[in-house]
Amino acid sequence: MSLLEVDGVTVRFGGVTALDRVSFAVEPGEIFSIVGPNGAGKSTLFNLISRFHEPEEGDLRFAGESLLRLAAAEIGGLGIARTFQNIELFEHSSVLENLLVGRHTRRRVSIPEQILFTPATRREEIAHRAAVERVIDFLDLQLYRDRTIAGLPYGVRKVVEVGRALAIEPRVLLLDEPYSRLSNEESMDMRFRIGDIRARMGVTVLMVEHDMGLVSAVSDRVMALADGRVIATGTPAAVQSHPRVIEAYLGTQAAAS
Amino acid sequence: MRTAFKTSYAQDIRLFPDVRRALRYVALVALAAAMPLLLDDFLLGEATNVLIWAIAGMGLMVLTGHAGQASLGHAAFLAVGCYANAILMDRAGLPFVASFLTAGVITGLVGVLIAVPAFRLHGIYLAIATLALSILTEDIIVLAEPWTGGVIGLVAPDITIAGVEVDRYASPDLFYWLCLSVVLIVTLGYRNVLRTPLGRAFVAIRDSEISAQAMGVNVARTKALAFGLSCMVTGWAGALMGHFVYTFNHEVFTVIISIQLLVMIVIGGLGSIQGAFWGALVLVSIPQAINIARDGAQAAFGGSMVIPGIETGIFMAILILFILFEPRGIHGRIAKWTIYVELFPLCRRDMFRRQKSFLKTERMR
Amino acid sequence: MESGTLETLQLIVSGLANGCVYGLIALGFALIYKAAEQVNFAQGDLMMFGAFVALGLANESHMGLPFWVACIGAIAVMAALGWLLERAVLRQVFGQPQIAVVILTIAIGFLLRFVAGIIWGHDPLTLESPIAGVNQHFGTLVLGLDELAVIAVTLALTGLLFGFFSRTRLGIAMQASSQNQLAAYYMGIPVKRIHGLTWALAGAIAAVAGILFASKGSIDPNTGLLGIKAFAAAVIGGFGSLPGALAGGLIVGLIEPFAARYVASGYSQIAPYAMLILVLLIRPRGLFAQVHAKKV
Ligand SMILES: Nc1ncnc2c1ncn2[C@@H]1O[C@H](COP(=O)(O)OP(=O)(O)OP(=O)(O)O)[C@@H](O)[C@H]1O
Ligand SMILES: [Mg+2]
Repeated sequence: MSLLEVDGVTVRFGGVTALDRVSFAVEPGEIFSIVGPNGAGKSTLFNLISRFHEPEEGDLRFAGESLLRLAAAEIGGLGIARTFQNIELFEHSSVLENLLVGRHTRRRVSIPEQILFTPATRREEIAHRAAVERVIDFLDLQLYRDRTIAGLPYGVRKVVEVGRALAIEPRVLLLDEPYSRLSNEESMDMRFRIGDIRARMGVTVLMVEHDMGLVSAVSDRVMALADGRVIATGTPAAVQSHPRVIEAYLGTQAAAS
Repeated sequence: MRTAFKTSYAQDIRLFPDVRRALRYVALVALAAAMPLLLDDFLLGEATNVLIWAIAGMGLMVLTGHAGQASLGHAAFLAVGCYANAILMDRAGLPFVASFLTAGVITGLVGVLIAVPAFRLHGIYLAIATLALSILTEDIIVLAEPWTGGVIGLVAPDITIAGVEVDRYASPDLFYWLCLSVVLIVTLGYRNVLRTPLGRAFVAIRDSEISAQAMGVNVARTKALAFGLSCMVTGWAGALMGHFVYTFNHEVFTVIISIQLLVMIVIGGLGSIQGAFWGALVLVSIPQAINIARDGAQAAFGGSMVIPGIETGIFMAILILFILFEPRGIHGRIAKWTIYVELFPLCRRDMFRRQKSFLKTERMR
Repeated sequence: MESGTLETLQLIVSGLANGCVYGLIALGFALIYKAAEQVNFAQGDLMMFGAFVALGLANESHMGLPFWVACIGAIAVMAALGWLLERAVLRQVFGQPQIAVVILTIAIGFLLRFVAGIIWGHDPLTLESPIAGVNQHFGTLVLGLDELAVIAVTLALTGLLFGFFSRTRLGIAMQASSQNQLAAYYMGIPVKRIHGLTWALAGAIAAVAGILFASKGSIDPNTGLLGIKAFAAAVIGGFGSLPGALAGGLIVGLIEPFAARYVASGYSQIAPYAMLILVLLIRPRGLFAQVHAKKV
């Protein structure tokens, strides 16, 4: 059974059809990339999975269960974690506190117990901390552990956001443009990390990217979107050489220049 | 320079990060407990007042400073707590401890009830709705005369705890200690909230609702909880305030008080427990400072100098200066000084440079 | 005409006149919100201050200038004050969260009230205006010239501003600057200068509102608290919508006398705020709002 199935979904904003009967399925352990020009509907697809938008038609299934019955806050608990295109961290908290929010769905102690800080709460907090520490080690964030987000360089923030998503201990990780605005060196690091996340943590990765070149090296499969429609799905090489993909990309380039 | 070396995770979640800080707070509590021996009755009354405002400040701080929901209407909840406590004692004959606790719970429930519809309101709209609520409360108190005594108001019932009478005038030290105990309990609970998932959820919805949701934080529930806890604590402050002012009517809980409470925690420093205490201290000391200055001036120049509204004027001027020059309030300023002293001479000016940010619209075309 | 209808008509006209004053203050809010996305809680106090400045210039007991000269003087002074406030205070918090501006402007309002109290005292004063207390007869219907003037001036001013925002380049630039300050800045729109202009304009409108209000009755420093009611009006109408602000003002103005007449006088105070809460519950961003959630 596929881990995540998107089945003929349509999303409209007023007159704009952001997604038009989009279907695909992500297999467990896969790195699946979605590429497409600006406004193709890539982020909308992620927001749909996060349950921020309601589809007009179609269904979303995670491990066979429909997501449409769930609210946005229940998605993380299933093991679906994500990052955002324009980094949405908790600006005034430290890196550590940001990652600890990722543990939110794993909390077990009740609110009165938290207010009283009972021994059970203490044990749980220590366990959360240990889990977050593993993520910090994995992503080499030790240097920034107690730093406030507001003062961090852009590249580090991007890593922190990935870390926060990993703290959920997800089964699927959704990365919205993980490479955008990174330097070459940072991009390279990110590429290895994404590979590691799959290899060492066994997490399925669903990734949105602009640039075909960047994703083809790490992805198992690629899906190309344009104007809300799927135009090709397959291996990176097959999608890259697909005539309609080339057309879509050349079209936007021609329009941009 | 002092560096905290960490040896275990348990150390990070302690109440106090290190022994020095723990000792400092123990000394502070000891000093606070000794106040009745050090101050005369008048000043002790003022100290009690500071404590009560600090409780109210903590109530609003958790909502505004940590959960990021600005309320311009917390005087309404002071009123609910105050009247609920007095009515429960007078009409239901509850002993103080029971009525006090119940009054807090009732106020908390009222807060949750209000939070449920208010949850759809963002930022400025929430501030306005709470402002309207505060204005309405004043009128409702007047209209609900059979319960609240209308414009005449109520007299605070006598407090007896375990057979001992605690009276604001007859035994000011006992009343002070009562307030101090409430302060300590609330502070401890507040601190615990901040180091557990609940507190992190508050900060999360303050800084980014959208990613809080993606992290599994139920925004509506968290806001309701923030309102509930905030109002409960504010209700307790209101109950104590009723006993402190002794007779009270709608004029004790005007919308101006709501504004004052918010201004107070901004001056103290949003997003820190200490801020509530600093703010309360400033709020209560201004009238005293003005009196002293006035007496001095009258002794020097003769004549009488009464400028109506000068307390509020000065308070607001202080606020403006803080927002302009130290948006993180007294607590933020002190924290900077502490870092400066600890790192001396390694400090650079730019370490404290404020971040400039551009505002993006909260609406979309 | 029957006396019942007559009374209703008079209630409507006086409600409309009151509503226009609320509407004018609300217009000030909406203006600043539209152009700078700042929420100015001091607008009511600016109106009060404007009224006092006009009074100080016009009344015999003060400077005794001719009424029209005093009006122009007050408008100029208040425009300068608005500009100065933006320059000296609000510009410093450029880019900080909206709530910082809210608290800041609340504080400014309190200070204006304090200063007005020191200069003009706390006793109610009346502006010696040529339109005050003159009645206009329409058959059996008697309407105050002051009320009619208020309505006329308000309508004219709203139309003017609406045209300004939708037709002129400056007006459109003002709107653009609020949508995305950074983008506007890069596009060469002088965001800061525009904010200054907006505040000056809001100050001028406050002066007009103040003069009209003071022509209808007496003023004292606490008159500024009327701003809260006007604020309710602005929200009912929807922030950032100029016609909405006026509509909200009129709604509040009309509710008050009718609630007092038909429910009980104690309830006329409550009505606007109850209405506000109702509107916020049904439409969280006001009746005429341009709504929307943040895009991620
Ligand atoms: N919340 C929203 N309200 C209205 N329209 C929206 C919203 N979110 C997205 N859209 C529109 O839907 C379309 C798809 O947007 P989306 O953000 O998914 O594109 P994208 O593929 O992520 O592009 P980019 O590469 O620029 O990130 C665009 O036309 C966009 O304007
Ligand atoms: Mg996108």
